[in-house]
Amino acid sequence: MTATNLHLYVMAVPLLSAFAVNLFGRRYRAAIGPVAVSALGFSTIAALLTLLRVLQQGGYRYTVGNWQPPYGIELVIDPLSALMLLLISAVALTAAIGALKSTEQELPGREHLFFTLYLILVAGLLGLVMTGDAFNLYVLLEITSITTYGLIAMGGGRAPLASFNYIIMGSIGACFYLLGVGYLYILTGTLNMADIASILPGLESHAAMATAFGFMLVGLWVKMAFFPLHNWLPNAYSLAPTGAGMMIAPLMTKVTVYLMIRVMFSIFSPEYTFFAHSGVQAGIVWVAALAILCASALALAQRNLRRMLTYILVAEVGYMVGGVWLANTTGMTGAVLHIVNDALMTLCLFLAAAAIVYRTGSLEFDKLRGLYRRMPLTMAAFTVGAFSMIGVPPTCGFFSKWYLILGAVEAGHWEFVVALVLSSLINAVLFFRIIEIAYFQKPEQAAAGGLLAGEAPLLLLKPLLVAAVALLAVGIGSGPLVSQVIRLALPSGMVP
Amino acid sequence: MNQLLTEIVAKYNYWLYVVLMMIGFYAMIGKRNLVKKLLGMNIFQTAIILFYVSTGVKRGAKIPIVDKYAALSQGVDPGQIINPLPHVLMLTAIVVSVSVTGVALAILVRIYRRYGTLEEDEILEKIRS
Amino acid sequence: MIMSYHPSLLPLAAICVSLLATVPILLSDRRPNLRESWTLLAAIGKFCLVAVMLPSVLAGEGFVLTLAEVVPGVPIQLRVDAMGMFFALVASFLWIFTSIYSIGYMRSLEEHDQTRYFASFAVAIGATIGVAFSANLLTLYLFYELLSLSTYPLVTHKQNDEARASGRKYLSFILGTSIGLVLPAMLITYMVAGTLDFMPGGILAGQASSATLSLLLVLFLFGFAKAALMPMHGWLPAAMVAPTPVSSFLHGVAVVKVGVFSILRVIFGIFGTDLLGELDLGLTITVVASLTILVASLIALTQDNLKRRLAYSTIGQLSYMVLGAGMLSAAGMTGGLLHIAMHAFGKITLFFCAGAIYVASHKKYISEMDGLGRRMPLTYGAFLLGSLSIIGMPPLGGFISKWNLLLGAIEGQQLLLVAVLVGSSLLNAAYFFPIVYRGFFISPAGEPDNPGIQEAPLCCLIPLLTTAVLSLGLFFFPDVLLQLVRQALAL
Repeated sequence: MTATNLHLYVMAVPLLSAFAVNLFGRRYRAAIGPVAVSALGFSTIAALLTLLRVLQQGGYRYTVGNWQPPYGIELVIDPLSALMLLLISAVALTAAIGALKSTEQELPGREHLFFTLYLILVAGLLGLVMTGDAFNLYVLLEITSITTYGLIAMGGGRAPLASFNYIIMGSIGACFYLLGVGYLYILTGTLNMADIASILPGLESHAAMATAFGFMLVGLWVKMAFFPLHNWLPNAYSLAPTGAGMMIAPLMTKVTVYLMIRVMFSIFSPEYTFFAHSGVQAGIVWVAALAILCASALALAQRNLRRMLTYILVAEVGYMVGGVWLANTTGMTGAVLHIVNDALMTLCLFLAAAAIVYRTGSLEFDKLRGLYRRMPLTMAAFTVGAFSMIGVPPTCGFFSKWYLILGAVEAGHWEFVVALVLSSLINAVLFFRIIEIAYFQKPEQAAAGGLLAGEAPLLLLKPLLVAAVALLAVGIGSGPLVSQVIRLALPSGMVP
Repeated sequence: MNQLLTEIVAKYNYWLYVVLMMIGFYAMIGKRNLVKKLLGMNIFQTAIILFYVSTGVKRGAKIPIVDKYAALSQGVDPGQIINPLPHVLMLTAIVVSVSVTGVALAILVRIYRRYGTLEEDEILEKIRS
Repeated sequence: MIMSYHPSLLPLAAICVSLLATVPILLSDRRPNLRESWTLLAAIGKFCLVAVMLPSVLAGEGFVLTLAEVVPGVPIQLRVDAMGMFFALVASFLWIFTSIYSIGYMRSLEEHDQTRYFASFAVAIGATIGVAFSANLLTLYLFYELLSLSTYPLVTHKQNDEARASGRKYLSFILGTSIGLVLPAMLITYMVAGTLDFMPGGILAGQASSATLSLLLVLFLFGFAKAALMPMHGWLPAAMVAPTPVSSFLHGVAVVKVGVFSILRVIFGIFGTDLLGELDLGLTITVVASLTILVASLIALTQDNLKRRLAYSTIGQLSYMVLGAGMLSAAGMTGGLLHIAMHAFGKITLFFCAGAIYVASHKKYISEMDGLGRRMPLTYGAFLLGSLSIIGMPPLGGFISKWNLLLGAIEGQQLLLVAVLVGSSLLNAAYFFPIVYRGFFISPAGEPDNPGIQEAPLCCLIPLLTTAVLSLGLFFFPDVLLQLVRQALAL
């Protein structure tokens, strides 16, 4: 295992351990947890080493199986993909530790199946951020989607129906993307991203190019639940088993945003994306602003904590898409920073919801009374996550909003500024409603025992607290993160 | 008008795929029966698969299976052989399609066991009551 | 004089003393005496750390500490200069008295959840000192938000429906304006000027059009809703539902003063008095402030609830400080800045008295307080001294600040302002004197002479007497404060 192979092991180890879990998990139930956690732990460390290597020595390309591009599949490890590798493996690791307890409660006897799908999903995500081939992207996208369909359907109640709905919508998205790749193949004769990127500028602007771009973009928007294509998300994510939700919600949409960035900048060029068709760039920022406002408004109407969080998630997707399409460096910085920050915030909030549901069995608002007394540590972490969503310094949420608003002001997109500010205020209302209920109203039964008697089990509490601390640490470390990692990760050729 | 007609006739296969895609799309969105939606999804994906395969066709060319020794001694004329790459890609796509269909069918079995019906509106009624 | 700055951990230590004290306070939940002693220890420690830095600041040597470079060009940075020292000195000094008073008040009333109360208090005062020592607008914003959030449990301490409603009002005004107005304004400033540091003479000179600058000023004035410039004042009367030590300190001294301090920092450090003078923006400030003074004083006349009357009085007095800065003349600005301290001492006395009255007699309404002065002479005496200071009569400290304000208005030949100042002083007298008069000279109607009521407990009495005497003392010994103010204004 040399340093140049490390990134492959980041993806391979979870994949292989998935098979191990499936084969041996039913017999040796106690081994599932350690295998999964150690696989993901290995991935995280390997991803960290890869990121450090890339920061020191620059990005590199890796040919799989030594089949040379453009015929063979290439993996691209540049600062952006290395950052995403680290993010995905770290979030998956944290969520896996929490999921151990949740699945014990919700899916007894089926943990080996759950973790098989979980690990394949993580492997798929890791491969997705590394791939340099457009068709390989489709395959990995579908791998992640299929495992997600399976994971969501494992939940009880209406979950299978929600999952089926997600299958239909998700397949539309993936097929649109595939269609787009087909057009590109007709135009350029190759599927390698870098190769396409070198051929496309030489062609005259073709209707086929625009169609390809349009199809790929819309396909990815369906997958990331960009309003108004978001209908499948609230049901799917809130009805999924808790252990699945806490990993899928932080990661899936963010990785799809990353894919959109790759399509926009590594396949097509910034000049084409932003300037070839007038009005498209400004129009998409308007749609993003609308997405933020509508999703936030829909969140206000919810009475269940997890559903509310999923609508907020849709709004956050609007932040990122708008930030990317602002067409300046500050906006892009904000969008990439928000990918990192939103993954962490969502992880923290979903873990808190998991802890609450583990102890109290329900996430309806009126069941959340007096939680500050019963579960003080969980609610403390929840409060930090809430402040990050609202955008209170020094949590990380404030800094991505900083860059996004600054980028919007620089670009003159005042509608986006208004949407961001209003969304922060609406988030404040949303979260303080819950804080009020948990703080003011007396719990239904008095808590017996000491201060921490009603608290969530350690396996849920520790990842939660780590996530909450990470929000503060990433926030305070925003400066180095942006200047040393993200600035390098931005696609070249952006308007400064 | 003549121009348009020649265009359509010349590319009749692509128009067919468009029609297939629209049928599939309509079925996914418009039909109330879950199995029909699934079938629509399959039709949609098939249309795209056919689209890809069509892109590799060349006029008067043969299928890409050649005699090994003939190829090694005399070389291969690419103009005479249709492009095998889209076929290979579509093998992968078919696999993906089958997997999704498999998962979807398993979920439908689950839904049927729980609600006793596969009509979307009946299921929604059962949920509401 | 030109200040030079040395790196030092002292500013951070001053802030962190109380932030770190939160942990032992939370842990000593079961042992109230230990918990109270942590609070007092932290209070005294904080004041000592601040006071230790005083001689150097007076000599022109400030302190600076960079914590983290979070945005290119805008680190989280602490800086101790004359203006910050002035505010921190007043706040940390008065916190000692508030802590003593709180202990007495909470114990007499046997309030619930005292641990949470004292822990939130510790975080809040830490945030206040953080605002005082902020070197740039981002750091100030950070501590400002921390203050808003840490005072929420204090405002809603009673946890009943009334508390919840006021908590909502509190947050919607304060969080709503800071996110909705200050954040965009801060970002526009950063985009235009490239930095957010507070510089003498400001950073915005020549960087943007006058329309943009006027807009920014308005956004900042109303964005810092803690300064309660009308119409952003609605949260203050609502917050009176909190226990009196909370009201007295946070709303008489820390929270509202943070708002005014932030506005003054923006006026002096971001805009600069020269720029404001060029653009005639001083007029905007004085108009808004004058309106608030007059309207607030008029409303105060109609309030029967003692704490609400004091709240509206505070709204008016805060605008004096902003008015002084808006005059853009040396005397005016001195008066405005100095009034932060004088009003703090006076108002805290008044709130302490209100709390003492509540503890001793459970009365909240002025109409019920006839004849109480004879039973609680010390309390009412202190009340008299405090109100005289606020009105601005010699020989109390408030006279110095109000005199400077008047001088500034006369120097600037702004006769309208003179009228506003004189008129509002009369209104101040009109809403304060009746309370004292009725307390001493009117017998309670109907019921017999309030037999069971005596003077307030010692723990409440000593702080209020001390601050009252200090208001008196500040008239005779204002030197340190005056020098800090003059240094801050570079006069």
